[in-house]
Amino acid sequence: MLEVRFHGRGGQGAVTAANLLAGAALRDGKKGVQAFPHFGGERRGAPVASFVRIADDEVRLRSRVYHPDIVVVMDRQTLESTDVTAGVKEGGIIIINSRKKPTDFDFSDRFRVAVVDAAGISISRNLLVSGIPALNTPMLGAVARMTEDVSLESIMEVIRQQWKGKIGEANAEAAKEAYEKTEVNR
Amino acid sequence: MTTMFDVGNKVAAKAVQLCRPEVIAAYPITPQTVIVEELARMVQAGELSAEYLCVESEHSVMAATCAAASMGVRTFTATSSQGLAFMHEMLHWASLSRLPIVMINVNRALGPGWSIWVDETDSMSQRDTGWIQIYCSTAQEIFDTVIQAFKLAEHRDVQLPVMINYSAFTISHTMMPADILSQEDVDAFLPAFEAYWRLDWRNPVTFGNVISDEYAMEKRYTMYRGMEAAKQLIPEIAREYEQTFGRYHGGLIEEYRLDDAEYVLLAMAAIGSEAKVAVDNLRDKGYKVGLGRMRVIRPFPDEELRRIGKGRTLIALDRNISVGSGGVVYHETRSAVLGVEGCKVYGYLAGIGGRDVTYEDIEGMALKVINGEADPDVVGWWDLKDTGGK
Repeated sequence: MLEVRFHGRGGQGAVTAANLLAGAALRDGKKGVQAFPHFGGERRGAPVASFVRIADDEVRLRSRVYHPDIVVVMDRQTLESTDVTAGVKEGGIIIINSRKKPTDFDFSDRFRVAVVDAAGISISRNLLVSGIPALNTPMLGAVARMTEDVSLESIMEVIRQQWKGKIGEANAEAAKEAYEKTEVNR
Repeated sequence: MTTMFDVGNKVAAKAVQLCRPEVIAAYPITPQTVIVEELARMVQAGELSAEYLCVESEHSVMAATCAAASMGVRTFTATSSQGLAFMHEMLHWASLSRLPIVMINVNRALGPGWSIWVDETDSMSQRDTGWIQIYCSTAQEIFDTVIQAFKLAEHRDVQLPVMINYSAFTISHTMMPADILSQEDVDAFLPAFEAYWRLDWRNPVTFGNVISDEYAMEKRYTMYRGMEAAKQLIPEIAREYEQTFGRYHGGLIEEYRLDDAEYVLLAMAAIGSEAKVAVDNLRDKGYKVGLGRMRVIRPFPDEELRRIGKGRTLIALDRNISVGSGGVVYHETRSAVLGVEGCKVYGYLAGIGGRDVTYEDIEGMALKVINGEADPDVVGWWDLKDTGGK
């Protein structure tokens, strides 16, 4: 079973990202998929977390994810206020929206670290929601790059289903660009 | 068959739509609001032909629902927590009128000292109102149970309202896949509602009038008989559904890895699902542990518990508290198995007020009992912080 934790701020789409990731895994034939937010005070700007479980068979767990295989950091400011490595399994992967190098992060000696400039990709494609760059769709491209449990093709398809027409297509392309531009320390 | 991937509440609304209720009265309360919002959307979009009543309180919701059901139409509503508590008087009205209303209650802690997370004290404190109570663990089980609940409630031998319960957020707001039946399939399994009594101005008679002590006791007896019939019909309808659609979630109790079990956990809803993982892990470590997932609390499954409890140790995990007594499942189970050979019952209060309960917590509680570190006469508070001597 693959367990994923997303860190973001309210309005950045961490909850939608979790739902789309689980939906893509379902499309790839995984029977056990589950997505849920951390049910705290969800409001624009507040730190939020969301979770995904992906398995071949029914997921029976109903508790939160405490030991993720993958952590996705949508908002780099989260790194200053939250220990994003908390509970991450050995050999776990931390994917960060950042222009830095993977080795710039002090935990890169303990974990695989992947970086992608999701904000830059969104801004260059004019993918803005209320003036804020959409981070969830490019970050999903990076997740597809880092795990074999979900394909880029399915990520792009669930994005197109979520937002019909041009916007969906542009977001799907952003995911693809992020997939290609994701850098890893090892 | 299509697969829907959505939160438990949306899957519930889809099942309700397929059951063709004619009247839905609603008042929003977190975390059930998603259900009535989705049904409102369906009515507005012409996807559901129902009268949708926005009323001013939960008490009025149940009053309006009782009135509509008294006219002989299929009705549905949903609530949670304080909303359910506010309905209390009308819950008795529904069952005493023998109205086959189906309602979803998303279990949420009562305030003040607000926690909107899961706690089953809301529905447990309504267990004497004459409503059948079923608890679900997955989106699929919610979907299938809604359809079966209408059939059960409307059965001539039952004619009692049904409350379907599931956990706030951990089920209500969690995306899970569920296979959805077609309208034709649901129509074939659940025919149109034929009321056995109804208010009819063309044939005026009096219902719910003064019956004094001459018949009031017999009226309760017939309700009791209705509950007894439900004990037989809940598993029967579940098997009929399995034969038709191939899905079965258990009868009154879902039995999981009980074959040679020496210890049996009793749990429901979200903890009832998580406990399967704990049982698997304990089995891997060589402990003979199984699970009785309590699907139905009213009628209470006394006979099943006596059969399951024979020669075994039962460990009830209650996410509810009757303050001054303890967990409801623990106490009712002890009462049911009184005198059963070799049966001991232990009780833990876990996840009260919505605290997360993991498979590790459940394994921990089981191991306390297995290792002789628990007292069957004392209710254990799991994961309790220091309250400063108070």
